[in-house]
Amino acid sequence: MEQTYKQPNESGHYGDFGGRYVPETLMGAIKELEAEYKEAQHDEVFQQQLDHYLKDYVGRESPLYFAEELTAKAGGAKIYLKREDLNHTGAHKINNTIGQALLTRKMGKKKVVAETGAGQHGVATATVCALLKLECVIFMGKEDVKRQELNVFRMELLGAKVVSVDQGRGTLKDAVNEALRYWVANVEDTHYILGSVMGPHPFPQIVRDFQSVIGRETKEQILDKEGRLPDAVVACIGGGSNAMGMFHPFIDDKDVRLVGVEASGHGIESGQHAASLNEGHIGILHGSKMHLLQDEAGQVQEAYSISAGLDYPGIGPEHSYLKDIGRAEYAHVTDEEALEAFRSLSYTEGIIPALESAHAVFHAEKMAAEMSPDDILVICLSGRGDKDVAQIKAREEGREL
Amino acid sequence: MSRMKMEQTFESLGNEGKKAFIAYIMAGDGGLSNLKHQMLSLEAAGASVIELGIPFSDPVADGPVIQAAGRRALAEGVTLRGILAELARIKDEISIPVVLMTYANPVLRLGAAPFAELASKAGVSGVIMPDVPLEEAEEFSGPLTAYDIAMIRFITLSSSKARIREVMEGAEGFIYAVTVRGTTGARDGFDESLYDHLESISKMSDVPVCAGFGISTHDQAEEVGSHCDGVIVGSRIVELMQENDIDGIKALIPESTDVAINASN
Repeated sequence: MEQTYKQPNESGHYGDFGGRYVPETLMGAIKELEAEYKEAQHDEVFQQQLDHYLKDYVGRESPLYFAEELTAKAGGAKIYLKREDLNHTGAHKINNTIGQALLTRKMGKKKVVAETGAGQHGVATATVCALLKLECVIFMGKEDVKRQELNVFRMELLGAKVVSVDQGRGTLKDAVNEALRYWVANVEDTHYILGSVMGPHPFPQIVRDFQSVIGRETKEQILDKEGRLPDAVVACIGGGSNAMGMFHPFIDDKDVRLVGVEASGHGIESGQHAASLNEGHIGILHGSKMHLLQDEAGQVQEAYSISAGLDYPGIGPEHSYLKDIGRAEYAHVTDEEALEAFRSLSYTEGIIPALESAHAVFHAEKMAAEMSPDDILVICLSGRGDKDVAQIKAREEGREL
Repeated sequence: MSRMKMEQTFESLGNEGKKAFIAYIMAGDGGLSNLKHQMLSLEAAGASVIELGIPFSDPVADGPVIQAAGRRALAEGVTLRGILAELARIKDEISIPVVLMTYANPVLRLGAAPFAELASKAGVSGVIMPDVPLEEAEEFSGPLTAYDIAMIRFITLSSSKARIREVMEGAEGFIYAVTVRGTTGARDGFDESLYDHLESISKMSDVPVCAGFGISTHDQAEEVGSHCDGVIVGSRIVELMQENDIDGIKALIPESTDVAINASN
């Protein structure tokens, strides 16, 4: 079936959102990237390489698992889990980094820069750089370096150089600022592997396309198992890459509800949250126009979530667009609720989810309970929770990491 | 009227065979109540144009010195609206043209049209937006043009010939030629190709070409300025202004650029 949904437009806009808000120094590089990417989409050798690594290195396809116990617990719709947690490096992030690393090589660049929050994207980037022999520099906020010591060690083990960023509050937003500054200074020989569906065009499109393998597989798998499409797909949202990868192949299937789940941290009313789509105003940051947490004067506010992967004040521009046209809906889940789902999925199904994914699990359970047993709901289980257990143990013992 | 003021400045500099010296400071660094004193000091020191930075939480084009100045200004509670109100109050006392350098988000939040109106009331001649390339400029340049304020465009070392021609088509005020690959802040020296680059774009351009980023000494200002129509000095002036070292600022400004005192007499 021909896709009728076609975004972005030629200039990289999704309705009023997206675009290329970057310093002039980067315009050449992002136009080159756009051209190279267009070529790669129709380049058989490139696509074969990508398929090869996705299958034999990442371990795709990932299973679509019928969560019978969770379904019984929720007492409504049948719940399936798309097991991105089973990928190499433990999350969906590598679907994108392997694709962009191959693009880097295709462009003849030998160096890579990336940002990371919790360290998942950093590890996934360092991994593919080791594989494809690319020099790799990762910028990570000072606070995150402290909170995710083990991921710093992993990245270094993989041969990456990790630079601690001492600006702002020392989290993801500051790491992106510093990675962009580094890219401006080294753009001639360096590619920026952005980790989510954010940033200037063509990044939101490239990351979405590489992540869309999630939704494409899900579609085939559910047709195979159930003979029909699901009634809803649910995914957590920080920048929004696993959600966009899940949603995109379903956008034309109007009967499939697309549900994104933002992190509301200590609660929306507390002001300490990361719910950009629910609480943000239209703004411009890191190359793109989108919903953005900001004050009255247009200064960007710090986002907060217990989950470092959701702790970002902006959101991918395509999510802003899908919200605007009413095609996707965006809920929010607090720290406490996510922690509850983190535990419950662990003992119900024997699967420890990433704290990020636990946000989606919590909301999906609530939705399922209100749906009929004939309905089908798919949760994108974007990552595994091993990285979070130390933080949660410390929290229980009354220590904060 | 506002844009004309800047065009006249460049014209009289050109007539005397002199170069423009554009001095950057961060608005609100040291408190907004100090702004008038700071701007008058720059004028007295011999600056031909003032580039006034608007503080932003995430200044990706700036190096450490200007980042820190922005943080100090934000800590003073300074806002874009507040800066424009203060400028409107003091504009008649400042003789040299003022251009604003602001990231897109504070302007978007205020609204592109209200911003242009307030900037016009504040006597602003031009606006520089480092995260708004040609492709996204229309939303902002439309209202600015309606108020006769120039939207300054950038050319960089990585700009191709085709790109340079694209940027020059319809350029207003002056061309901001970025002299380094990277962010603002002092450098020891420049790419050997820089001077050829500056001369070739100056030859192609209908509007003056001013070079900025990384220029931090009197000699650099003189040397770089000799290959184009003027220089922009930021980080070094921000440091000196913080120490209230006006003589230090004066010492940065080459004889070849110093016409403002004559012009204002």
